[in-house]
Amino acid sequence: MSAVLPTSGRFGAFGGRYVPETLVPALDELEATFQTAWASPEFRQEFDTYLREFVGRPTPVTDCRRISALTGYVLSAKREDLNHTGAHKINNALGQALLAMRMGKKRIIAETGAGQHGVATATVCALFGLKCDVYMGEEDCKRQELNVFRMKLLGARVIPVSSGTKTLKDALNEAMRDWVTNVRDTHYIIGTAAGPHPYPAMVREFQSVIGTEARAQYLERHGVVPDVGIACVGGGSNAIGFFYGFLGDQTRLIGVEAGGHGIETGKHAAPLSAGSPGVLHGSYSYLMQDEDGQVMPTESVSAGLDYPGVGAEHSFLKDTGRVEYTAATDDEALKAFRWLAENEGLIPAFESAHAFALLQRPGLFAPGTRILVNLSGRGDKDMERASQILSL
Amino acid sequence: MPTLADTFAALKAKGEKALVLYVTAGDPSLDQLPAILEALVEGGADVIEVGVPFSDPIADGPTIQASSQRALDRGTRPGDVLEAVTKAQPSVPVVLMGYYNTMLRPGLSSFAQRAKAAGVGGVIVCDIILEEADDWVKVSQAAGIDSVFLAAPTSTPERLRAVATNSTGFVYAVSRTGVTGAAQQAGDEVARLVGDLKGMTDTPVCVGFGISKPEHVAAVCQVADGAVIGSWLVDWLAQNWREGQGRADLVAAVKALKAATLA
Ligand SMILES: Cc1ncc(COP(=O)(O)O)c(C=O)c1O
Repeated sequence: MSAVLPTSGRFGAFGGRYVPETLVPALDELEATFQTAWASPEFRQEFDTYLREFVGRPTPVTDCRRISALTGYVLSAKREDLNHTGAHKINNALGQALLAMRMGKKRIIAETGAGQHGVATATVCALFGLKCDVYMGEEDCKRQELNVFRMKLLGARVIPVSSGTKTLKDALNEAMRDWVTNVRDTHYIIGTAAGPHPYPAMVREFQSVIGTEARAQYLERHGVVPDVGIACVGGGSNAIGFFYGFLGDQTRLIGVEAGGHGIETGKHAAPLSAGSPGVLHGSYSYLMQDEDGQVMPTESVSAGLDYPGVGAEHSFLKDTGRVEYTAATDDEALKAFRWLAENEGLIPAFESAHAFALLQRPGLFAPGTRILVNLSGRGDKDMERASQILSL
Repeated sequence: MPTLADTFAALKAKGEKALVLYVTAGDPSLDQLPAILEALVEGGADVIEVGVPFSDPIADGPTIQASSQRALDRGTRPGDVLEAVTKAQPSVPVVLMGYYNTMLRPGLSSFAQRAKAAGVGGVIVCDIILEEADDWVKVSQAAGIDSVFLAAPTSTPERLRAVATNSTGFVYAVSRTGVTGAAQQAGDEVARLVGDLKGMTDTPVCVGFGISKPEHVAAVCQVADGAVIGSWLVDWLAQNWREGQGRADLVAAVKALKAATLA
């Protein structure tokens, strides 16, 4: 099997490794371990077995008949919400935990925003008996209290991060610092397709099960690939995994970032829509930054999308034009959240609701367009927040 | 300002080791920087690292993180830092220390030329490794600025050799696997690291991260060409420097550190 990682760690101009020297040997080790494992049938089988028997894959594709009738589109959803722990995050957490064990690392650290990646990581650590420390911004600990409890219940330690903006970006900073300090016995499971090489490509490979399954399922049901594929983009892991199944097709692919209060207000988390390339968290990619290169604060109702950077491969796909990127505002996402619940019996995570929000924009697609949306996670974690925002 | 090469050559001729001190530009406020640098030089600093504050300093521990944040909250901008260095013109080399994005944003060439014009002798980029440094090395060489690279206890022999041979001005040996921050003890891995590096290059080797006391400085200077102190000084300034008040104490403390390099 050929190497799946670009050896330079670059996607066009994007990606690379901008890290303290201390981490380089660990990144090299991770890259080598991943390359060997991913090319090994035994590892693939082990990964697939856990995905099937523990995570509950394959997740189905569900046709959304009522919203199809309402909009005139032919809408289906890839049901990553049905994964164990409620989101796609566990595909990657599982893969990386298996690698950590191959490297003989007994301690796992992770960052989390919405708490979904933290819960997924805590879950696989409990499964394998690994020690688990999760960094989470203080602000997010408040927004996602239930997930903090879940992680603790799973035996993980949750470390609130009070520096900077107290959200996902700062949790990532703290996790990086921990890794720099404890790199010899610790593996850092980054929760998204961002970070230094080899993370973006490795996380994509672990998440590509989404797109591979979705394409085959859709073909089987509809006899063709979808005209349009839509996914929300935080750091970009669910989107890249989903898009990867369709890059070779004619399918029009659209990534939806967090528009917060609206791109024009500056209060958003949409680096691809309104940022510029720069270096954050070890990688050269689109970034929300000021004219001095300082990273700007972000704003989104969804903790999992509230991140100023994005995975390098998305920057590449944006610049090549293969994938289009747009943003949905908090209001649009909340409207879609309710719409999907009432009309399909599907309660999406706030993150995933951003992807569905495009369907409510009048005339965005021609009637009859076949659309497949990646429903990256379920909304259980957002119930408390939703009950505060929506009056029913 | 003298070059790093001249400074280390002069120290060597005298049989001395370098006291390298780090301050975050903008903490205390930037208008204090010239006075602070003057006091450090009077106390015996041989090289001064001026930190350019960045919003996401992943290689820094709590002290320098907090200091960078205070500097940013005061509105400290990279251009203003260079202006303050221009104004200060200390009699020892100034090395900028910071993160790649603040250099990339204005453009590497423009950054290097402005730094050179301000009298800066070298630059340390905390989040750049040799593999990613081609552009910066070209630009800094063209501008006549030294590029100081870091060597870590985890670096493989091949990497150490690459760092040793590509670093100019001095080589920055990181004393421990970890981020910046004052420690109770200097790392024990450092003697081997410095020994390895010195076997690979004639460029001076200075040790930093976790050094805060005269004893650490003395221990490090047994093996290395200099010791870098950051977090301790950053803390001291935040607590004691009030518009020049505390200057005499600062000079005395720096003198004690310089004395330790000679011990
Ligand atoms: C359900 C769900 N979707 C999407 C995301 C965003 O992450 P990514 O862009 O990596 O898929 C998150 C992050 O927490 C999430 O929980």
